[in-house]
Amino acid sequence: MSRVEEVSCVLRTVNQPLPKKDSMALVTGKPVFLDDVLQGNYLVVKVLRSPHANAMIEAVKLDTAKKVPGIEGIYTWQDVPDKRFTMAGQTYPEPSPYDRLLLDRHVRYVGDPVAIVAGKDEACVDRALKMIKVTYQVLPAISDFHQAKDNPLLVHPEENWKSLCPVGADNRRNLCASELDGQGDVEQVLQECDEVVEGTYHVKANQQAMMETFRTACYIDTYGRLNVISSTQIVFHARRIIAHALDIPQSKIRVTKPRIGGGFGAKQTVVAEIFPAFVTWKTGKPSKMIFSRYESQIASSPRHEMEVHVRIGAMRDGHIRAIDVDTLSDTGAYGEHGPTTVGLSGHKSIPLYGKLDAYRFHYDVVYTNHMSAGAYRGYGATQGLFAVETAVNELAARLAIDPVKLREMNMVRQGQIMPAYYGERTDSCALDRCLKRAAQMIGWEEKYPCRRMDNGKIRSVGMAMAMQGSGISGVDTGSAEIKLMEDGTYTLYIGSADMGTGCDTILAQMAAEVLECPLKDISVCAADTDSSPYDSGSYASSTTYVTGKAVVDACEKLKGQILKEAGKLLGIGEEWLEFEGTGVRSLPEAAVTEARSDAAGTGEGQNRGKVRDDGPLWGCENLHDDRPAQGCENLRDDGPAQGCENLQEDRPAQEHENASMDRGAPALEDRWISLGEIAAGATCGGQIALQAAAANSSPVSPPPFMVGMAEIELDPETGEVELLDYAAVVDCGTPINPNLARVQTEGGLVQGIGMALYENIQYTDEGRLRNNSFMQYKIPTRLDMGRLRVEFESSYEPTGPFGAKSIGEIVINTPAPALAHAIANATGAWLKELPFTSEKIYKAMNGSFTEGEI
Amino acid sequence: MKLSMILNGRKTEEEIAEGMTLYDFLRSQGCSSVKCGCETSNCGLCTVFLNEKPVLSCSVLAMRAQGCHVDTLEGLQEEAKEFGTFIANQGAEQCGFCNPGMIMNAIALFREIPDPTAEEIKEYLAGNLCRCSGYEGQLRGILNFLDWKKGGVRE
Ligand code: FES
Ligand code: FES
Repeated sequence: MSRVEEVSCVLRTVNQPLPKKDSMALVTGKPVFLDDVLQGNYLVVKVLRSPHANAMIEAVKLDTAKKVPGIEGIYTWQDVPDKRFTMAGQTYPEPSPYDRLLLDRHVRYVGDPVAIVAGKDEACVDRALKMIKVTYQVLPAISDFHQAKDNPLLVHPEENWKSLCPVGADNRRNLCASELDGQGDVEQVLQECDEVVEGTYHVKANQQAMMETFRTACYIDTYGRLNVISSTQIVFHARRIIAHALDIPQSKIRVTKPRIGGGFGAKQTVVAEIFPAFVTWKTGKPSKMIFSRYESQIASSPRHEMEVHVRIGAMRDGHIRAIDVDTLSDTGAYGEHGPTTVGLSGHKSIPLYGKLDAYRFHYDVVYTNHMSAGAYRGYGATQGLFAVETAVNELAARLAIDPVKLREMNMVRQGQIMPAYYGERTDSCALDRCLKRAAQMIGWEEKYPCRRMDNGKIRSVGMAMAMQGSGISGVDTGSAEIKLMEDGTYTLYIGSADMGTGCDTILAQMAAEVLECPLKDISVCAADTDSSPYDSGSYASSTTYVTGKAVVDACEKLKGQILKEAGKLLGIGEEWLEFEGTGVRSLPEAAVTEARSDAAGTGEGQNRGKVRDDGPLWGCENLHDDRPAQGCENLRDDGPAQGCENLQEDRPAQEHENASMDRGAPALEDRWISLGEIAAGATCGGQIALQAAAANSSPVSPPPFMVGMAEIELDPETGEVELLDYAAVVDCGTPINPNLARVQTEGGLVQGIGMALYENIQYTDEGRLRNNSFMQYKIPTRLDMGRLRVEFESSYEPTGPFGAKSIGEIVINTPAPALAHAIANATGAWLKELPFTSEKIYKAMNGSFTEGEI
Repeated sequence: MKLSMILNGRKTEEEIAEGMTLYDFLRSQGCSSVKCGCETSNCGLCTVFLNEKPVLSCSVLAMRAQGCHVDTLEGLQEEAKEFGTFIANQGAEQCGFCNPGMIMNAIALFREIPDPTAEEIKEYLAGNLCRCSGYEGQLRGILNFLDWKKGGVRE
């Protein structure tokens, strides 16, 4: 039996496919999302957006707009603090530069906010928006990211731009970040190689396109504090960022989140929050902002467009000896997540190959006059893996080695050090098993590379491997607090954000596992900056691995507290007690204090003494009978403080020993006290908080691994690709909830398929985004994804909770390279730019294709 | 303008502004299960029944429902629960934002084609976008539900 099988044998709640705790509310359409829960009148907030890609605002005329009935306020750059900040939800000090203002006189992309308008309803706000007259001094813009670095035209010429971390940023060079990393002499090794594949791979700035657009509501509470309810993945970061944007103390702000209608990283950036926050702070009135789909497409936080230049060298026998990755990333007009996403393009692609003699990884991240990029599932790894995996597939073709065999020869394996992955060792790696299983599932041996069908179409297969991380090592912090409630159930407080992923449920599953109770006995409370313990937030594939461990630790601590309380109530030293879920039992050899005589001696103890005879604890019978208040009242009448004090007085172990020696019997009958009795006991004259918190941060970020294989049917007449079958095998460590892990995988695959085949991002010459609705930005429907088959080959991660790693992001990474491979196997053409539209494929097959044309 | 309709089985009369969409009207009536995901009739999140036929409420004028029966998930709670359990058992409800629209349309499908094939299901629901689930789990849930309806086991 493998370690995972061993573990899953003894698990009761973890590793079970349980329904999500909020599932029935969601499927019955209960009012749980932001716009559903707001009561009363909220001002409607919208922003006027720049029609120019680069311009200075010369004048804004507001007088007629202000006269529109119902308008509460209109604000421009003159009304906001002149302190720059970043909207990126990252741990302070953020690697993303401080390059934004709430409203800036200098607008830097088509869609950049020019004015904030607040009014009593949408109609009046829309009218006012039309009446604002802005005079712009239009400037030339940087639309080609190849031209950005060291261009005399600066996206951020301002003096108060600043970078808090040493990421190689320089606004005087349009650089948001730059770095060089490596080991060995790449040039030398590449020269020694028999075969070198070189290519430049282009990934567009895809939109997360979560179904619920960005939205936030604000009001001022009883204490004069700004309450922000937002559809966000990062309540704590949002609090800090809003404080920066408004230039007010963080203590004045509380951020909470309701259910979130999808995030995928989009909501790891404070996209909507600052505008209604500003309005409510200024007016004292409740306000809300709900992005339209159009705004979500043109002014949000999409993937970083990257061009990844790769060189891979190998010997004739297939030994891959060197990888050189050079990434150019477009962060757009602002630097959100710019310095960090790019790192993954090399650090999470190169380490898949475990026999390198040398590698090099260099990158530049540049400012342009496009909308700012942000965090999108995969976070740079997606871009890097498309490049490296496609290059490796091309290498296999050139070497005439089966790409599966080539991977078997070179892939990283359990126990290896990964120099390009911060020198970490793979302590859990089932990539080899993933590869083997995926090949079986798709029928690789029979189907590779392709066959022509009777209808003239070509069927082919393609493959790719992938990795990701589990949280940001040494940075991401997850905490949890768990409390035993009076009725013997628990409440779990977390600061991570369930955006549909099910983390409320999987964290509760872990708590239930440790506390040996049913899942229904764990209530979850998340996320609220006032009451949740600190959590970086739900991103970087961190929640299961980082916060999960904190949940386990907090629950273990709480068990200790429960034993302590039980010991006091039973009059037995806690070391003689055992936690067993529904209650606490004395160990067979435990000696028991003769508390009876002590209690009797106090005079008022008759009642308690009697109850003790009947069972483990005074008054608790009453409590059991669902008459807790009465029971306590009785005790109070009797003089509770005294009585309780007595009971809680520690009877040291010695006394137990004495007692047992007196009787000459080491083991008395089992003593048992129910959890409800312990909990209720602690509410009356309690001195032990039945509540425990723990924080966790990991020095490592164990990568999950996976292999994806696609089978397509390609029509050579039209270049049309139909995806027939996709086999994905994932090693996420122990899946905490196999159902949710599977659906996460399926969802990520379909996003990856959309990105590979349909989802295009095109700018006009004036810098306007063409794909600004679901009409032009085509996300997959259920007719577009063929058959998906997902399996798990689990390793056991020793540092993770119950052996778990992560699942959220890795799953988007294989479709683009696997589909590029399948297309190459069908046509001989290696497409290097996403998406692979029929036109591109057709042109590539007919030799008339130039990169970047479509 | 006065609009009157039978909303979820109850006679409802309201003065409404000209040009109000059925979507806005339904939300104003507290039917918050009805969601909006686009402005271009592409996502299916706003699906409701107009005289028992599924329509996109974002692109129907409220006045078109004059004298009609309109149903939202609020009025179909029993069916939603019965079928939704099968989606939940797959973990396919995910963020849930697309669920009401998809479930409305699925109920319409079951009424129209009681025993659909997987292809028919996909085609019928093609207009209901979901960005989280990858659709496979929804399909499994639907197939299990149909199985159970035919006397199979509950999965
Ligand atoms: S809101 Fe998208 S179709 Fe109605
Ligand atoms: S479950 Fe989130 S969009 Fe479908």
